[in-house]
Amino acid sequence: MGAARVDAHDLRCERVVSGYDGKAVVREVSVSLPGHGISAIIGPNACGKSTLLKTMARLIKPMSGAVTLDGRGVGTIKPKRLARMVGLLPQSPVVPDGIAVGDLVGRGRYPRQRVFRGWTKEDEAAVAEAMGIMSVAELADRSVSGLSGGQRQRVWIAMALAQQTDILLLDEPTTFLDVAYQIEILDVLSELNRERGITLAMVLHDINLAARYADYIFAMKDGRLAAEGKPREVVTAEAIKRVFGMDCVILEDPVARSPLMIPVGRRVGRQDDSGPASIMDASRGSLSAIR
Amino acid sequence: MAAMMAADARAADWTRGRRDRRRRFALATAALGALAFLLCCAMLLMGNTLYPVGTVWNALRGVGEKGVLFAARTIRLPRMLAGLFAGFAFGMAGSVFQTLLRNPLANPNIIGITSGSSAGAVYCILTLHAGAGAAYASSIAGGMATTLAMFILSNYRKRFSASRMILVGIGIQAMCNALVSYMLIAARERDVPAATRWLSGSLNGVRLPELYPLFAASVVVIPVALLFSGQLRMLELGEDAALTLGVRAGRTRAVLMACAVVLAATATAATGPIAFVSFLSGPIAKRLAGNGNSHPLPAGLFGAALTLASDLAGQFAFEQRFPVGVVTGILGAPYLIFLLVRMSGKGEL
Repeated sequence: MGAARVDAHDLRCERVVSGYDGKAVVREVSVSLPGHGISAIIGPNACGKSTLLKTMARLIKPMSGAVTLDGRGVGTIKPKRLARMVGLLPQSPVVPDGIAVGDLVGRGRYPRQRVFRGWTKEDEAAVAEAMGIMSVAELADRSVSGLSGGQRQRVWIAMALAQQTDILLLDEPTTFLDVAYQIEILDVLSELNRERGITLAMVLHDINLAARYADYIFAMKDGRLAAEGKPREVVTAEAIKRVFGMDCVILEDPVARSPLMIPVGRRVGRQDDSGPASIMDASRGSLSAIR
Repeated sequence: MAAMMAADARAADWTRGRRDRRRRFALATAALGALAFLLCCAMLLMGNTLYPVGTVWNALRGVGEKGVLFAARTIRLPRMLAGLFAGFAFGMAGSVFQTLLRNPLANPNIIGITSGSSAGAVYCILTLHAGAGAAYASSIAGGMATTLAMFILSNYRKRFSASRMILVGIGIQAMCNALVSYMLIAARERDVPAATRWLSGSLNGVRLPELYPLFAASVVVIPVALLFSGQLRMLELGEDAALTLGVRAGRTRAVLMACAVVLAATATAATGPIAFVSFLSGPIAKRLAGNGNSHPLPAGLFGAALTLASDLAGQFAFEQRFPVGVVTGILGAPYLIFLLVRMSGKGEL
């Protein structure tokens, strides 16, 4: 896949306040997505991470502040033109009754189609390629409603890829998937980022996956940005305590060398365990080893 | 290398599958069009006397005996055109509503647009004692006012909700029906027959001038609805996905709703509410044209064919003649029950 690298764009929020029904969920957040990078947005439930992503994807109009793409307010860019630069994988898209996989992926071509021009060879190629990347080409003629959750998610990502945007925002791309699928999808996405330079930003629940796959992490709490930086800077015991209100110890992920967060919780050590040390002791040992 | 060839073969397969699906859509649409056309011909040929094709053709061009001219031009042609246009309008309007609101229950019949039209006309006739022209205008206004009220109520707190719109619509329909019942009871007895024509759809005694508003609406609105069918298809993916793909969702929905309401209201004004045509056409046309394709064109054609066939059945299939609305009602009611049972089984209600 010797595809050309895509353009870097500067998508940023400046003091954005946004939410629903006049109630602010995101409060004065300023973020700038690193171009050609992978950023992850983490935080506890209802901290506003999805709302922030949706505001960046112009699904929600900010109440104040601005979302800009290369210095222009996203509201002033024509929707179709913007859709050729910024794509989004929504959290719960609707599958039209009985639609075939190939046709659903093909709908990602909408922003690149003209009214009376119809379906082109380029559309054809883009859809075939997107299905190839997500390994759903074999399913092309199958009905989407008959697929498993993991297959369906790959089909939706393929649709977003067929859109061929330079920036792709993903709202919890791994929820409801088993762990093997989670890793597979994140692997494919990070390959896309590495090979083509597609800028990715995703809301992730799993802090350890965020630490492993993201170059940059935004941690949110109560609608505000609580911490940002490289995984090593954000995934620290102190920051996790501040953002999630939970004690944890940080190890080093033996595979990816990224920080690995282990929650402490109340159930520490097994009563029937006659091992030499409690889990806490073991982790303290490793913790000091990292430091 | 082998892997690449396999990938190519799969890509080719996929193109073929796509082409097959498009062909099926085109074939089904053409077949429905042909069926509607044949039924139009049957409407012109059949009646108290069965005339040969040549005689009817000449009569339509104004050549022939007086009796034949009257039957063909004054009785059968308006009846056929009313069935064709109203059926198409109901079918298309219903399908657009069902697709926009993502619910087969969402159609002009069930959410009270046609009831609003009926109530408007009945009020005009029974309470204001106005003429036919005013009744038409009032019927169209009634349909639009109902929709507007529904739209405003379902946009409560600036957030549009399809299920709220359906529930509000069912409530409004009940109100309109109660209003109609009250007016019928309170009215002078000799006015009632003129009013009942607005309660059950019928093609009996339709005169050509009564169809002009429907013709005008169809000529303007149908092309607009077809032009927006691409956006409608994107809206099926959900509001978020459509917006992300560059669709102006709010504008598209407003335009298509307006189209559907104009079609439903003018068709109701022309023929009265022909039960269930708007409800049945979308889902059945979708099944025929291949799944995942809720295009308004086959739905409109199916609506026209259903209306014409039901009217022919109502005229000739039984000892007694039935208006078209009774026949479609008999066909549609079991489907409604079936759908409700299936939807509640799937937890979609």
